[in-house]
Amino acid sequence: MEPLSWGAIFAKAAMQFWPVWAAMLVTFFLSTALKRRLGLYGKLFDSTVGMFGFGIVTFWVFTAVFADQIITHDPLAQLSGMKNALPGMAVKSPAEGGYPFYLFGGDSLARDVFSRMVMGARDVLKIAPAATVFAFMVGVTLGLPAGYFGGKLDTFLSFLANLVLAFPVILLFYLLVTPEIVQTGIPVIFAAILFVFPIVFFTILFNSRFHMNPAKRNLYVGLTLALGLWAYSGLAFNADPVGLFSMDPNLLNVFVSVVFVNSPGVFRIVRGLVMDIKARDYVAAGQTRGESSWYIMLWEILPNARGPLIVDFCLRIGYTTILLGTLGFFGLGVSPESPDWGSTIDDGRKLLAIFPHAAVVPALALMSLVLGLNLLADGLREESLKD
Amino acid sequence: MLAFVLRRLGVMLLTALALTFIVFALTNLQPNLEKLAKSEASVRMSDDAVRAWLSENGYSGTMISRYGQWLGVLPGWTGATADGTATGRCVERGVAAEATPRFCGILQGDWGQSTVFKKPVLDMLGRALGHTGWLMLAVMLVMVPTALLIGVLAGMREGSKTDRVLSTAAIATTATPEYVSGVIFIALFASATAGISPLLVEWGWLTGRKTLFQGTATSAMDDITFWNFALPVMTIALYGIGYIARMTRASMTEVMTQQYIRTARLKGVGFGQVVMKHALRNALIAPFTVIMLQFPWLLNGVVIVETLFNYKGFGWTLVQAAGNNDIDMLLACSVVAVFVVLLTQLISDIGYVFLNPRIRLS
Repeated sequence: MEPLSWGAIFAKAAMQFWPVWAAMLVTFFLSTALKRRLGLYGKLFDSTVGMFGFGIVTFWVFTAVFADQIITHDPLAQLSGMKNALPGMAVKSPAEGGYPFYLFGGDSLARDVFSRMVMGARDVLKIAPAATVFAFMVGVTLGLPAGYFGGKLDTFLSFLANLVLAFPVILLFYLLVTPEIVQTGIPVIFAAILFVFPIVFFTILFNSRFHMNPAKRNLYVGLTLALGLWAYSGLAFNADPVGLFSMDPNLLNVFVSVVFVNSPGVFRIVRGLVMDIKARDYVAAGQTRGESSWYIMLWEILPNARGPLIVDFCLRIGYTTILLGTLGFFGLGVSPESPDWGSTIDDGRKLLAIFPHAAVVPALALMSLVLGLNLLADGLREESLKD
Repeated sequence: MLAFVLRRLGVMLLTALALTFIVFALTNLQPNLEKLAKSEASVRMSDDAVRAWLSENGYSGTMISRYGQWLGVLPGWTGATADGTATGRCVERGVAAEATPRFCGILQGDWGQSTVFKKPVLDMLGRALGHTGWLMLAVMLVMVPTALLIGVLAGMREGSKTDRVLSTAAIATTATPEYVSGVIFIALFASATAGISPLLVEWGWLTGRKTLFQGTATSAMDDITFWNFALPVMTIALYGIGYIARMTRASMTEVMTQQYIRTARLKGVGFGQVVMKHALRNALIAPFTVIMLQFPWLLNGVVIVETLFNYKGFGWTLVQAAGNNDIDMLLACSVVAVFVVLLTQLISDIGYVFLNPRIRLS
């Protein structure tokens, strides 16, 4: 069979993405129809930049969700004769009912670049948002008291945060994400410390709100503790009695390192916001009413700091994606088979000057996702300032 | 002012100590030492042999004492081999036992021996930093003027078409990490089969070579030319340009709404004059801090770009050292990195005070 022309390649690739287009259409239709009732999310559809960013981000999210339907070949399968195949090349001896083309070409191990790129989206979007959420939990739980109480606690925590921030990220990764470190059990200790923060956060959150109403308090705090400790035992120590929560040691190491690198940044932002907001009148009113400090921090200050925090959250997911790519680029942590974008760029760069497609495709994918997140953050910032 | 600088220097020293200790602890973990022993002596050593090698080479003491030795505040370890020759941290071949110093850490100027390159760390580091220095200089020369120009042009008239185009471009460059832009640049400009180079050759615009730029910067270590140095410099600068430009734009738009700008306009001063004479100086205070704080970021970019373009500078050395657990080299690299980060923070704080008379430190 003849190789495809560039137009045909993109047309066929676009057709392969049909579940994504359908899902995006539904999302946009529903969101624009209901945008007056959806708060900040709805207002996003008033800003061109924000909508554009949101479009790119939803594209990748749905790609990750429907990856199994989109891929044309098994991302790990090596087909004979397709080594470094150019984009649009027909598969030499197609299997019965198999897809007849390598849309974006083959890599140096004769795997389909298109399918690997699509599967890579799933790999990246599985880790980056979750790691960012954990980093936020750590940063918020420590940043609130540091900013609110100040004093020795603040000095100490700020020193620790600056310590981590002064580390060149790559050096830290090279030290933390190695097979030797997994042997020593340090990632498990890190996980044990970092994964406690979400539980602490939600326990304090509910306790400070409902401590006057023991029935409700016991329900919420009990639920948090039960669910939290269950997930905690599985994720951190791989000791979940039911076996629902578990994490591969290498993945855990990558995850923990990324959370660790990200949380001081969140801490600094939260601390700064709290120091600004705590001088407001409604905080003074809360203090006069005799509210507990944690109630004021979590239920009065935090909701009022949400604008900048949401913006930072979007930016930080992009930054985390870049960090994960950096890890892959240096061949750290994830398995060499993994189709995540950083590793595929690293694989592809060895033959970059001759067969650029293997590295350029994941590079463009990563860039567009981060760009989408940045545009989304910009749109959110613009809209949240209009209040 | 003096008290402030002294206090900052104190914190810096404490941070540097803590950071080097962390690096020291992480590189000296038991599995890392075992790997080192196996790579230095023989791959098929038994566990006992590994232990013996480690204690013979001074790796058996406690972590704290070895850190003290590296730092030079504790006397170096001494021992003897089976045939009675004295060994020790400070022992050098050809130096008599009486002349051997007791202390030999970085405080005495002894940075140790690189196990990967088989050379003194100081020699390697000096050469690597020299290479990186040229790269950084070129990056700064490209990045700072471009970023400031874009930022000022965009922030001059907020909301105009120029502003929108330039701001979006700035966001796009901050969304492009070095390993992505580097890969795209190489594919576009330095590939003989893809991008624009084959086209240029076909049209006869490019003679004597096959590609517009060179995809590796190895030759730039001896002789820097536009041909071999443009891509690495562009790759690092691009990421920073967007960031600094956005900061400059924000600061410029704020200044342009100030009363004194309106007064100047109403007085009849031309727009160009207002921007150049009244707005620019005030608008450049914030970007100065940002440019200074950009250095740690550049450090990251340098590591990626030097690996990608095979330019044997500081970043390349760091990757080699980290990949092979070259303890002394890695520690030296982290000392350099930490001091770059902390010094730029200090300079940005002090510079801020000089530029902005409204800030008082006391």
